[in-house]
Order: sequence, then structure tokens, then C-alpha cells
Amino acid sequence: MTGADFVMLSLVPLVIGTLAAIACALPGNFLLLRRQALIGDAISHVVLPGIVVAFLLSGRVAAVPMMLGAGAAALVSVVLIEAIRRLGRIEPGAAMGVVFTAMFAGGVLLLEQSAASGVHLDVQHALYGNLESLIWLDGYGWGALVDGAALRGLPPELMRMAVVTLVVVLLTALFWRALVIATFDEGFARTLGLPVRALSLGLVAVAAAAAVAAFDAVGSIIVIAMFICPPAAARLMTDRMGGQVAWSTGFAVLSAVAGYVLAGYGPIWLGQSSAVSAAGMIATVSGVILGLAALFGPRRRGLGAKQGG
Amino acid sequence: MTQEAMTMLPEPVRDRLVDESPLAIRGLTVSYGEKPAVFSVDVSFRAGKMTAIVGPNGAGKSTLLKAALGILRPLSGQVTAFGHPLDEMRARIAYVPQRASVDWEFPARVIDVVMMGLYRELGLLGRIRPRHRARAMDSLARVGMEGFATRQIGQLSGGQQQRVFLARALAQGADLYLLDEPFAGVDAATERAIIAVLKGLRDEGRTVVAVHHDLATVPAYFDRAFLLNVTAIAEGPVAEVMTEANLRAAYGGRLGPAQQAV
Amino acid sequence: MLWQALTLGLGYNATLVTLGAAMLGIAAGATGVFLYLARRALVSDAIGHATLPGVVAGFLAMVVLGGDGRFLPGLMAGAAVSAGLGLLCVSWLTARTRLHEDAAIGAVLSVFFGAGVVLLTVVQGLDSGRQAGLETFLLGATAGMLRAEALSIAAGGAAVLALVVVLRRPMVLVAFDPQHAAGQGVNLRGVDLAMMGLALAVTVVGLKVVGVVLIVALLIIPPVAARLWSERVGIIVVLAGAFGGVSGYVGAAVSATAPDLPTGPLIVLTCFALFALSLLGAPARGVLAAGLRHWRFQRRVHLRQGLLALASGQPVYEPLTLRLLRRRGLVRADGVVTEAGRARAARARLDERRWQMLRSLPEFEAASARHDGLSPLSEVLTPDQLVALDRHLGPEGTV
Repeated sequence: MTGADFVMLSLVPLVIGTLAAIACALPGNFLLLRRQALIGDAISHVVLPGIVVAFLLSGRVAAVPMMLGAGAAALVSVVLIEAIRRLGRIEPGAAMGVVFTAMFAGGVLLLEQSAASGVHLDVQHALYGNLESLIWLDGYGWGALVDGAALRGLPPELMRMAVVTLVVVLLTALFWRALVIATFDEGFARTLGLPVRALSLGLVAVAAAAAVAAFDAVGSIIVIAMFICPPAAARLMTDRMGGQVAWSTGFAVLSAVAGYVLAGYGPIWLGQSSAVSAAGMIATVSGVILGLAALFGPRRRGLGAKQGG
Repeated sequence: MTQEAMTMLPEPVRDRLVDESPLAIRGLTVSYGEKPAVFSVDVSFRAGKMTAIVGPNGAGKSTLLKAALGILRPLSGQVTAFGHPLDEMRARIAYVPQRASVDWEFPARVIDVVMMGLYRELGLLGRIRPRHRARAMDSLARVGMEGFATRQIGQLSGGQQQRVFLARALAQGADLYLLDEPFAGVDAATERAIIAVLKGLRDEGRTVVAVHHDLATVPAYFDRAFLLNVTAIAEGPVAEVMTEANLRAAYGGRLGPAQQAV
Repeated sequence: MLWQALTLGLGYNATLVTLGAAMLGIAAGATGVFLYLARRALVSDAIGHATLPGVVAGFLAMVVLGGDGRFLPGLMAGAAVSAGLGLLCVSWLTARTRLHEDAAIGAVLSVFFGAGVVLLTVVQGLDSGRQAGLETFLLGATAGMLRAEALSIAAGGAAVLALVVVLRRPMVLVAFDPQHAAGQGVNLRGVDLAMMGLALAVTVVGLKVVGVVLIVALLIIPPVAARLWSERVGIIVVLAGAFGGVSGYVGAAVSATAPDLPTGPLIVLTCFALFALSLLGAPARGVLAAGLRHWRFQRRVHLRQGLLALASGQPVYEPLTLRLLRRRGLVRADGVVTEAGRARAARARLDERRWQMLRSLPEFEAASARHDGLSPLSEVLTPDQLVALDRHLGPEGTV
């Protein structure tokens, strides 16, 4: 493959995949420590009904209404989970299971019943995206990176993902201190006057934004995998919060790059002609990384309290 | 009972609460489901004293503290601190939760936890300056943990964890310290160290209120006691509160021999 | 058409699938109760997603061996193997690392599903794979089902249901009180294994009908809905089975009436409708009943506190308390206590003093455990006991 081919076909998907992985892994670190790892699972399922409803309301397949719809659905699901948990005194995991399966089922049924199924909205796309299709037709070579006209031809998904990733990074940095305190010791955080509830809702909202933007480009498998696997693997590498976030970012980037390359070139190396799903491969690579961390990570076992004063 | 005393005053609530106590609780009821854990408790803790909240298991001691601090939502009741609504006085209150209430596997070092006590000063983005670090180290030194600053919190013993929590509260530089079972599951050396620190705070004129489960040590450790068993039984100097009648009212027939020895 | 479907009038295959789905629903609902009570409901989500690589690998293996890749029992076997592997990974990650079960579940479900999708694209790249229709396993489909497939689903549903019936007793014992069950000689590990095995069986049998993504709903929603109706394990199991069975039956039947009505989502939405009704209306833990109880309880607390405050001459601060006292004519609009108010306050005061006394007397220990600050003592003690108690009670102020 020449440089020109690479820039045209692979550069943009690679960058989008990497950005999506980072945007999901960052809030994933806090969700993991709060034992809300599966919120990412729930959010990425309810994105489907969100975009279907947005399509039915707006009548077109356009990014902005769909992202709004998906974001709204994510927030609705979080509110529903919380309401069911409190009102029915139901264990959070089960409440989550009730809400996201029902909303996903509703989304599928709406999709099948409406005209939406005819206009390249389909469940497969929702589940594993279509990273490979995000090619840069104007990317004639490395020179295109400094060519304004060519740059204007970049897929819009790239810009959206970049903006959302930047926002996620900035928000994480801005609320870092408060988030760490509220995650470690919620009761103490309340006595400091920290808005504990707003913080945890904000965290979920950021996770939802990351999920929705990433979903648009890469589908929901990557989203779930990146929320959980890189932070979980990082958790087995270090005992420092900053270190954990750094490791998880590194793992996320590694999964995205290695997964994309393996999906695109792996089958060719094996003598096959067609590539396999990049989204699926990225998730698989993140799982392999987690497996290695679980086997060899220096902090794979808990510390456990020592005896004595 | 006079007619005047039974007349209710019409002004807004906060003007009527002239109680200047560091922590004044009025008519506090907290309920899990349909059984009150704490019922209609009135109590004002005395400034500059060490008060133990004492009562049998399930008497609502921790619940009272958490509801007073807004960690739990009460069914009814008002709480004021230093004569003002609690939310305005957060900076003057330090809370030491039960050690078991957090996950000690959390990725943090001892110094990171103590620095959490400085949050109100630092805010979201305030730079950590040498004087902040010095205060955190000083707080650690007061509980005898200065050598553990960079240790992972998961590596600490129970007693050491409790001291770190106390150091975090000390770093807050508060006037009122509320502790939930500070001696639960700690070694004797830690217990002595903690009580010395608390007495030091009291001698500086600060107020200490601690949930305490060991009747035998109340007289030695505390100035005052508040006996609670769902409803308030009595509050006052230890000797006046820990009478046989009061203890019976709090503990019923369940008073063991060790506790009766008080 | 709908009526025909619900009365099993749409032909032999549709009837088989509908009955199979109903039996599967009963088995899933009953099995799910044990998972839910053990707080491990979402483990089934990992099981569901982890079947995908197995289904596709099963297809590939059968093609390589020269057979028809779509042979359902073969695909089910593949699903069972990979879901079992997924379960092993969840328990290995939870036991051997510091990660909690939720993280292990999320990691396994996303990674296995991702690997499944990779294999799926491999199949799509093969000539024989184009027409495989493996995508229908994602969301389930009953349209165009072969007779042999319908038969294996009905047989699978019946087999899982039979297993649940056989294993119900030890599972109820363990769900109710694991320690006691262990004392009775129940093998906890064995029951745990049976529970997971049943969840796995439900998933594998349900794959074709409900699909990989939604099968978890059949294991979670019926138990959660049933829990709202009762506090007793036996009743919850029966109810959950009923909810699951109705959902499977209705969902499969309705889906047979039109080609663009996917089975899985219909079953799940029927489940959810039953859940929503239960959440609102169930008398034990339903929202309406609980809300009413809380509303009454809060008023009782405020009224009692108000009366005690009146009796001891303290001012009443809380607006709600004041409102309640006024509305009952216990306090006048200007805040002065009425005659009736004074009488009620005195009664509350006496009751409170009696309680105080009672709690300090060893002979009333049983009664004192019922102290909650609210119940009048006359509801707790017999008149004779009250008289005995009053003998201890001195004049006011000497408690």
C-alpha cells in the first residue's frame, strides 16, 4: 500500500477510531471505579431507539438530529434506570437490564415498522458501525494534509469525533479533583458541599456524548469495549489515579491502531482477499490487552490490608 | 404548661433558631421504609466539648450523623450549625466517615486522600502550593503517619486507614469534627493516638462529636454523652447521663455485665 | 390474523415455535429469579453476547467439515461452548484480579461480541457464507423457519423447563438463605453451577427466536416484575415463569402475523409491558401502593412529632406539621392550641412516657423491640400489661 492509498483509505478511520477509543476510555475510568461499568453497555444500546425516533421526527438521515436523539435517549435511559431502582427498590444491575433491553427492543421494532429500514439505517450498522467506509476521497497523499481544498473534503464524522473528544478531555481535566473525591468517598464529598448528584449525572452525560459520537462512526461494540477494557486493564497496572488514566489512554490508542491494522491487513497477510470488521477487531484487541494485564499486570491482585498498627 | 409556651411563633424558621451550638438538631426523623431509624430527635451539642453519641446497635447513631450532615435525607427536621443553616457552614465542619464506607483499593496514596481535605480551599483548579502540601504533611504528623505519605492506601492496616481519615479532617481546619465510629476495628495504639488528637482539638476550643460503641471508655474519653435509641434519651455531662435508669432506657434488658460495670 | 395467531391457528411451524417460545419464557423467567436474587442478573447479558462467536465458529466448522452450516443444533452447540467460555472468563477475572463482576461482565460481553462480529465478516467473505443468514441470530427471527428448527426450539424449551422443575427445590433454598441451605447439605457450588447452566441453556435455546442481544431481557425482566408482587421466593418463581411464558407466547404469536415484526423485540416489549404494569400497580412494592404508604407514614410522623412538641411546650417549626395540626383542628389558625389539641397532646405524651418506662424494664423486652416512636402502646400491650406498666410510672417529670 502506498502513502497515497494509506492517506485516502486508512488515515481517517484510524484517527476516528483512536479518538473514539480515548473519548470512551476517559469517563470509563470513573465509571469503573464507581462500579457503574455497565452504564456504557446500557447507553450504547439505547442509542438505537434515539436515532430511530430522531429520524422519524426529522424525516431525514442527518447527523445532528440523530446525535441529539441519541443523547436524549441516553439521558432518558439513565433517568429511567434511576427511577426504577428507587421506586421499585430494585438492584441497579437489574434495573439497568430492564431499561436498556426494553428500549433497544423498542428501537428495533420502530426501525422495522417504519420507512427508516429502507434508508441505510439498520441494526447491524448500529451494532458494529462502518469504520472502513469513512474514506477521504480528496486525500491524494500526505500533501493533502496541508492542502485546504483537500481538507474540506474530510468526512464530517472526523470533525465531530475530534470536537467531542476534546470536550471530554477538557471536562475530565476541569472536574478531575471533584470527581476523584466524589468517586472515592461520596459521603465525605457531600459534607464538603460538592454537588455529588450533579457530578454523577454529568459523568453519565459525558459518557453518553462520547458514546453517541463514537457510535456514529464506529458502532456500539467499540463503545462498550472502550468504556470497560482499557480502564480495567489499566486498573491492573497501577495504583495511582493519574497513572490509571494514562495507561487506559495508551491501551485505548493501542487497541484502536492495532485493531484497525489487523482487521485491514491481517487477512491479506493470511492470504485472504477481504478485510474483516475493524470495530470487532478493535474490541477483540482490547480484550487481549485486558487478558494480558490480568495475567501479568503488576497490580492484578488487590492490595489487601496488612495486619498491625 | 403555659399558654405562651404552647403558642407557635409565626416568623420564618431560621430567625427562630437562635441556638448558637456548633450543631443543633430539631425534630429529626429518618426512616428506612416504614420504620423510623431515628425519631424526633432534638439535641444541641455543646461547643468546645467532646461528646459521645452512645446507644445500642441499630439505635440510629450513624444515621443521625449522616442525616444531620445531609448525606441521608430525613423525613422531617432542621439542622443548624453555629446558628446558621448547615450549608452555609460547611467550611467549619469536618466529617470522618466509617472506615468501611469506602473502597480502600481506590487508586490513591495517603497524601492524595489527606489533600482531599483541602478541596474547599483549592477548588476545582487551584494550584497546590507548598503551603498546602505542608498542611497536609502536618496533619499526617499529628496522627503519627508522616512516614506513610506516599504509601498506597490499600496497603494500610485498619488503624492506619482510620488515622488517614482523621488527618484528612484535620487538614480541613474545621471547628466542628464529626466522627462515625472512629475506634471501630482499630488497634490499641491507634485508639490512643486518635483520642490524644481529639483531646488536643478540644483543648484548642474546637468541638468534637463522635459515634461511639464502647460504654466502658466513655468516661475516660469524653466530656459529655448523648444517649440515643431511636429517640433521644438524655444529653449532658457523662456522669449525669450514664445513670442506670438512662442506660436501661437506652439498652433495655440488653445491658451486658461489662456495660453495667460503668 | 392476530386472533388466529394467538389461538395457534397459523400452521404447524408457527404453533411449534409459539409453544416453544412460551416454554422457553417460563424456564427463563423462573431461572432468572435465582440470578436476580443472587444479584447477578447481568451475568446473563455476558452469556447472551458471548454466544455469537460460537454460533459463527459452529457455522464455519460445519462448512469446513462439508456439511450444511445452518444446521441449528450444531450452531447451538457452538453457542453453548463460547458462552461457557465467556462465563469462565467472567468468574476468572472476578476471582483472580481486583476487578469487580460488573467490569468482568462488560469486558467479556463486548470482547466476545466483537470477536463474533470479526468472524461474521469472515463468513461474509466466503462464497458459502453469503446466504448463511447468520445475522438473524442478532435479533432473532421465526419467519421462514424450517420444521426441524421449530421442532428443536420446542424440544429445547421443554427440556429447559423440565430442568428448572427438577432443580427448583435446592435453588429456592439457596436463594432464600444460602447459609441455611449449606447447613442442610445443599452443595452451594453445585447449585451455582446449575443456575449458570440453566441460564446458558435458556440462552442457547432462545438464540434463534429472541437473538443474541435481547435474550438477556427474558432472564431479567420477568423476575424483576414478579419481585414487585411478593416477598416469597416460591410465589416469585411461579409469577416470573408466568410472565416469561406469556411474553414468549404473545411475542412469538404476534410476530408470526407479519414479516416485519421481529420476534425478539416483540417478546421483550411484552415483558416490559408486564413489568410496567407491575411497577405501577403491584400491591406489595408497586409505586402507587408504596407512594400512598409513604405519604400516610410521613403524615403520621409529622402529626406525632407535632403533638409531642405541643405537649412539652416547644414551638413547632415545620410547615407540614403545622398544616396537619391546623387541619385536624388541634391548633387554631393563629397558632394557639385548641382544647382537642391539648387532649391529644396529653395522650401522646402519656404514651411516650409509657414507652420510655417500658423500654427500661427487662420484663417488657419483647414489647420494647417494637418501639418505633409511632405505634400507640395500646396496640402493643394488653390492657392488663398496661395497668402493670402504669404502676411503674410515677407522676410527670420523674421518668
